[in-house]
Amino acid sequence: MMSALLKHRERFLALVILALILVVGAITPSFLSPNSLVSAFNDTSILMILAMGQMLVILTRCIDLSVAANLALTGMVVGMINAAYPGVPVPLLILFAMAMGACLGAINGFFVWVVGVPAIVVTLGTMSIYRGTIFLLSDGAWVNAHQMSAGFISLPRTVVLGMPVMSWIGIIVVAAFYFATRHLRLGRDFFTSGGNPTAAFYTGVSVGKVQFKAFVVSGMLAGLCGYLWVSRYAVAYVDVANGFELQVIAACVIGGISIMGGVGTVLGCALGALFLGVINNALPVLGVSPFWQMAISGAVIIIAVIANSTAERSKGRIILRRAVSKRATPSQHQEA
Amino acid sequence: MTQSTAVFALRNVTKTFPGVTALDRVKLDLYPGQVTALVGENGAGKSTLVKTMTGIYQPDGGETQVAGEVVRIDDPEAARQLGITAIHQETVLFDELTVTENIFAGNYLTRGRLGRLDWPAMHERTRGILADIDAPLDPKARLRGLSIGQKHMVAIARALSVDARVVVLDEPTAALSHHEIKELCGIVERLKKAGKAILFITHKFDEIFTIADRYVVYRDGTFAGEGMISDVTEAELVEMMVARSVSETFPKQTVAIGEPMMTVENLNHPTEFADINFEVRAGEILCFYGLVGSGRTEIMQALFGLSKAVTGNVHINGEPVTIRSPADAIKAGLVYVPEERQQQGVILDLPIFQNISLPQLGRLNRWGLLNEAREYDVARTYGERLNVKTSSWDQKVGNLSGGNQQKVVIGKWLATRPKIIVLDEPTKGIDIGAKAAVHHFMSELVNDGLAVIMVSSELPEVLGMADRIIVMHEGLMVREFTRATATPEAVVGAATGGMAA
Repeated sequence: MMSALLKHRERFLALVILALILVVGAITPSFLSPNSLVSAFNDTSILMILAMGQMLVILTRCIDLSVAANLALTGMVVGMINAAYPGVPVPLLILFAMAMGACLGAINGFFVWVVGVPAIVVTLGTMSIYRGTIFLLSDGAWVNAHQMSAGFISLPRTVVLGMPVMSWIGIIVVAAFYFATRHLRLGRDFFTSGGNPTAAFYTGVSVGKVQFKAFVVSGMLAGLCGYLWVSRYAVAYVDVANGFELQVIAACVIGGISIMGGVGTVLGCALGALFLGVINNALPVLGVSPFWQMAISGAVIIIAVIANSTAERSKGRIILRRAVSKRATPSQHQEA
Repeated sequence: MTQSTAVFALRNVTKTFPGVTALDRVKLDLYPGQVTALVGENGAGKSTLVKTMTGIYQPDGGETQVAGEVVRIDDPEAARQLGITAIHQETVLFDELTVTENIFAGNYLTRGRLGRLDWPAMHERTRGILADIDAPLDPKARLRGLSIGQKHMVAIARALSVDARVVVLDEPTAALSHHEIKELCGIVERLKKAGKAILFITHKFDEIFTIADRYVVYRDGTFAGEGMISDVTEAELVEMMVARSVSETFPKQTVAIGEPMMTVENLNHPTEFADINFEVRAGEILCFYGLVGSGRTEIMQALFGLSKAVTGNVHINGEPVTIRSPADAIKAGLVYVPEERQQQGVILDLPIFQNISLPQLGRLNRWGLLNEAREYDVARTYGERLNVKTSSWDQKVGNLSGGNQQKVVIGKWLATRPKIIVLDEPTKGIDIGAKAAVHHFMSELVNDGLAVIMVSSELPEVLGMADRIIVMHEGLMVREFTRATATPEAVVGAATGGMAA
């Protein structure tokens, strides 16, 4: 029973999220109003987008600690550009943010791939460098709402088909990732490189190059979120999204992305982000203190990791003939 | 037959690693529609050759020709484009992916301008290839659920999915059962008819004489001879391989066999082995022989406390013992030298002396402080006894050759003064000199009154060193031989399930 649930993590997570929403709704019915649900989802979009990029990085047995700093730096830069040159069209600014984020990600990827430095060390370093750069650019000053153009602020909030554009961007990113991991060669390469680097190399996949690409994508999405964040909260300063990288990694882990690489699904990862989003939105509604919220998020992460390791634990080799037939029967049953 | 031109040729190819020349100006010719058997002892350079042919290693010198043209094979992708495919000795597959995903990894079928992966087409081709090789597997099955033999079939299917001119099979039968080997021979026969050039690497002479048309012999990384199989006898091949007379001498000494040291009764594991009963006596070398994956290693690991679900009784020196962890085993006087030396045997980044003192840091320290001088003493005593070749005991174990690493592992365990020592494939992948040293040392150990259990897949070693041989097949003990009753045919027959127990 338990193991069946763990095998279908997506279903399990979806059920938990649903149950959570219903429980909160039972206590505070206003939480179930469409407006409130849309707003909870909208709040989670950025986390979900970043988790997609982080997922690729973790799949290749790396980690990207610099996403939040990257987000803050690109956010500050587009905020300053918008303040100085309000005439620059917003779509162009978004493209610029993505390109800049991708470049910052490429720096991580370069050190991991070409120089061979462990990802945790590289991104720990660039995390501090990117944050420091914000201060150097801005002198510690804020870019405030009144300095931003109307178009810059309104785009993510524009409602299309009942949901803000920001929510739609989150959905589009997840859908694109779902398509790419299933239907494009590049998507598959992330799984092979992390699942068994030796075998991947033997089949002609350059593991380092795939890791580089993962960092570039992660950086690009961080850049996109840089604009989204600054625009949504209408402010840019040094400490934007401070520590947010840990939430992003947590979303991946809860979603079943194995920290050992090679295992995970887009759907699981998106649900992991959604789960954290619901907790972050529901607990304040219930009047739970922010410190309890942090403790609960932490406990959930540990439970998720334990669940992962139980699911991954090897059951030993099957050598005995009678054991082969014994195990074959129930597993065929499960396939059906 | 040599009038047709070689589709693949190596000339004077050399490959060196720090401290070792793995290939020394070797040559190789492969012809379309022919099976060439590459024979040689462990360490003759066979696997290095395969990795050089498939772009995993770059040669340091010499020339590679494909269809008469000089080529460079910079990476595995280049090898595939030249039509060279290999089934490697270690199955290099992805446990978390499906059969189809494994077969097409890195070489997907796509359609449309976006390069969309064409899963229906890939599943379809997978079904076709699997049907061709008589492997009834579900293309969508995840690999981790398959048996070793089935995984091997996937590896073969993978090699066949590429339109290859040259197919390399690096010891493909090592992990297969009798029946699966027969199927494999049928596949090779079909590849041959399709005009592929096949390089077949194996240790098993019966396979060479049934499958191969030509042979090439390597010895210690050099070319030692080639010719047609029809012109050669088994004894001649062996002589080329080892360049010494067929009756290899093992330093086996006659030792008085003493009291039972360890008795194992009714050892059972739900999926790995069953009904294991044996005893080993002081002064005795007991060998466990069997195919790779027949459960030998699993039994030894269970005895050493590494396995949870085991039931049974173990007595050491007449006393019943309960071993739940390696620490219990060491305390009871049982030590285990694992097969995977680099992963399980030594810590490559630590110096020799710290590796040797590791199991008894508790005994060597005083008031919780490590005493480096005493650690050094222990390391020196056992390192010298085993003749570890090193400039100093501070050397990282990673800098030693395979044979010397193995000596460090054995030294580490001897330093705990065990009663029973289990050696799992003790001479796998080490050079001939170091092999002889390990064999010699086994004789010394039993002379000192220890009981030695050796797990080995190398028949000459088993026949040469064992007092008694227990043959395993599919997790069961199928036959037992004494030194006098063991013949190569009978032992191999029992191990491959060819003979009823």
